[in-house]
Amino acid sequence: MLFFLLMVDNLSLLFNAPILSAQLLVDGILIGAIFALVAYGMALVWGVMDIINIAQGEFVMLGGYVTFFLAAAGVHPLYTVPAAAAALYILGWALYRTVVFRVVDKDMFISILATFGISIVLQQLANELFEADVRTAESGLGSLFFADGLIVVSQIKVVAFICALVLGATLFLFLKHSRLGRAIRATAQNARAARIMGVNTDRVFATTFALNAAICGAAGSLVVMTWLVHPYLGLAYTLRAFMIVTVAGLGNMASVILASLGLGAAENFAGFVLGTEYQAAFVFSLLVAILVWRNALLSRQRKYLK
Amino acid sequence: MTDTTRNVLLYALIGLTGLLAPSLAPAFRIQMALLWMMILFALTWDLGGGQMGYNSFGNVLFFGIGCYAPAVVQRELFFAVEGQPQATGDLATISPAFNYFNGFALGLTLAVIIAVAVAAGLGSGILGLRGQYFAICTLGVGVAAGEIASGWDYIGAGSGMVAPIFPGHPSQAALFFYYLFFVLAVICFFTLKRLYASRFGLAINAIRDDEDKAEAMGVHTTRYKAIAWCVSAFFLALAGGAFGHLNNFIDREVAFPGITFGVWMVLMAILGGKGTLWGPVIGATIFHVTQELFWTYLLGWQRVALGVLIVVIVVFFPLGIMGWLREQWPEKFGETVDLEARAAPVSLGEGR
Amino acid sequence: MTPILEVQGVTKAFGGVIANDNISLTVPKGSIVGLMGPNGSGKTTLFNSIVGYHPVDRGSITFEGREISRLRVPEIARLGLLRTFQQTRIYGMMSCLENMQISVPDTRDGLRTMFSKVPPAVTQQAEGLLEFVGLYAKRHLRAGELSFGQRKLLELAMALMHEPKLLLLDEPTAGINPVLINSLIDRLKRINADLGVTLFVIEHNIRVIMKLAEHVYCLTHGQLLADGPPDEIQTDQRVIDAYLGA
Repeated sequence: MLFFLLMVDNLSLLFNAPILSAQLLVDGILIGAIFALVAYGMALVWGVMDIINIAQGEFVMLGGYVTFFLAAAGVHPLYTVPAAAAALYILGWALYRTVVFRVVDKDMFISILATFGISIVLQQLANELFEADVRTAESGLGSLFFADGLIVVSQIKVVAFICALVLGATLFLFLKHSRLGRAIRATAQNARAARIMGVNTDRVFATTFALNAAICGAAGSLVVMTWLVHPYLGLAYTLRAFMIVTVAGLGNMASVILASLGLGAAENFAGFVLGTEYQAAFVFSLLVAILVWRNALLSRQRKYLK
Repeated sequence: MTDTTRNVLLYALIGLTGLLAPSLAPAFRIQMALLWMMILFALTWDLGGGQMGYNSFGNVLFFGIGCYAPAVVQRELFFAVEGQPQATGDLATISPAFNYFNGFALGLTLAVIIAVAVAAGLGSGILGLRGQYFAICTLGVGVAAGEIASGWDYIGAGSGMVAPIFPGHPSQAALFFYYLFFVLAVICFFTLKRLYASRFGLAINAIRDDEDKAEAMGVHTTRYKAIAWCVSAFFLALAGGAFGHLNNFIDREVAFPGITFGVWMVLMAILGGKGTLWGPVIGATIFHVTQELFWTYLLGWQRVALGVLIVVIVVFFPLGIMGWLREQWPEKFGETVDLEARAAPVSLGEGR
Repeated sequence: MTPILEVQGVTKAFGGVIANDNISLTVPKGSIVGLMGPNGSGKTTLFNSIVGYHPVDRGSITFEGREISRLRVPEIARLGLLRTFQQTRIYGMMSCLENMQISVPDTRDGLRTMFSKVPPAVTQQAEGLLEFVGLYAKRHLRAGELSFGQRKLLELAMALMHEPKLLLLDEPTAGINPVLINSLIDRLKRINADLGVTLFVIEHNIRVIMKLAEHVYCLTHGQLLADGPPDEIQTDQRVIDAYLGA
């Protein structure tokens, strides 16, 4: 009961102070761009390899740690983004060559479980090696003030937002115009036909998986600069990415971005209204609600999510 | 020796071992109690994942409801908890043992009612999802439940809550919980055995193999799926209730252990062979025994090892023990061809 | 003859493509009716509309005088209108016998029948029908181990197990050994005559449909082109043109 009173209180606060809403919205949109990166990577792997990568969030987490440790060694965090991407590219490649290639053509549940296993290994390794503490990397950038200081936006969030968009655009152009990008898209449409036409699909798969890991690594690097990182961060990012892809569909960049920004904003509002202790609960419940809702819509046409 | 006598002997042997085990090895009562719990976990997971093809990562939800409900009942009716007012009324003045068992029984009943109601309600929405969407949705359900529990003050939020101490010597407590888990696992096994032998078993297998076909044949798929999910919830809630009281302390980590129990149940069922009756039993036994024997040497690296184990089993041994045996010797599993045999012709032309 | 199935003015479009355009046809009770047409002419779409696989855009479909175009697949199946699939569908991990046992209609599925064991009478009927399609010896094999043709026969037997009033067969002879086609036609005729099951059959093979059907409808480009007795259709210039792509 008390909880609901509190909720109503917070809601009315939002109505009475629209500037607060603006602040939440801006913060949400800025983090949304990072979600979009992770989701686009997931859509790429899903579309090309028909694998839902549960270890997606763990790649983000590890990217965050790369930046954290390099920053601790004195490198400015912004310069560590390429390093995080490179490190994760190598990890992604290695994981493909050891495990993932064995489950590419298997039943979807097998690949979900296998990548789930990978996610547990990475998460627990991070827990053992880096300890469970919450870490962050200071960028040393200040904040921007708008509307007489009522809206505060830290510069690093803006920088991260721009970085995310640039990274996304680069990836998009790479897929559109490079030779390898075309091979990747051909494989996504029809792996068998691509193989017959002389595309080395195994190499395409390896590159795709590694590329995805690299994108997530870069995203993680931005996450640790703007927020924080800890070993158990991953699952939330995986499920957010899944949610975004489910709403936006595979291979539609514009709707991925839109859904991501929307999710970022929704999450911030929920965190404010329900209290931050329920923000994570909101994200996971939203996943369930969105899936059930999408499925219910489809069931009117006597279909289901496939 | 006929199949029936062999089966009876096998059951008698296992039953007798189960009954005598706590007296033979009193030091390991808790570990053995947990073995039966693991068997129950694997069996209930396999009902959905193996037999029906609905691979759930969220079954810990029902376990968690089971953990919390009896503890809340005990707190509200009988037992004072630090920081909470002492329950009043006549009941509270009777002996602690009487209170304990009555509260426990009442709590288990409530746990089952809530868990089955949640399963039915939630199931009507998410059982419409198929394949990977169902799997990931249930993953979300399990984690969301944990997050909600860790924010909800009524059940202790992040700091958790205590269940009352067992009224008696700890060794008696161990004995009580051992037999509780033993009986639960045995009932669960025979319930599922009976269910699999019925039309229900055929229907959920059909849903696993081709749900669209089952619908096209007019099978009430929604109904069967909901029932299967509710049966899982029923047994998991009971197991959760017993585990919560055995553990005395309940918080999000205990009640919604997605990364341990939640993953183990899947792993044990796959290791033993999913979609078979005995597979989960065998898988759970092997997993639990090896875990108890070796995992203490891994010192904190157990969870890393668990992840590696998942990957290895899923990638290299997805059929599991029973599945592999069946692949090797299909005729031992009744897959035979008898070319000579003829059936009595069906009465065509009765003019139905 | 009273119609068992009446399709009136059914239209179904996918995006901009009109798969079925204002189709009307009638299947009389107790008959064997054929549906033919070149690839992509909308035959399977029409079947899918009839069995409730997708909603129709316009038109009405009545089964035994009852409007079924708004019902869903399992509900229609329980009324006694069943279909087999072009890409045969069986329960691959279950034995052939189990495939048959679960195909008993689910109409009276109260809690009791749901949890009762399969009655011996059902098993007997299942074995008899497996014998009828020549699969009795393999009844304990997993259905997934059967050859494509055998799966088709199993699927047919499963449909019969359901005791349907009307059975929609989507290319029953495709993929079947040509040597066995005649005996399959013979069996289909017995199903119709002895078991009283009305058949509505999609068939590519003109010879098969001439031997089997009493009345034939021909579709092209989603529209009904012609209908009549098989020998008439066979000589209809429009049908010949459609098949030759003229």
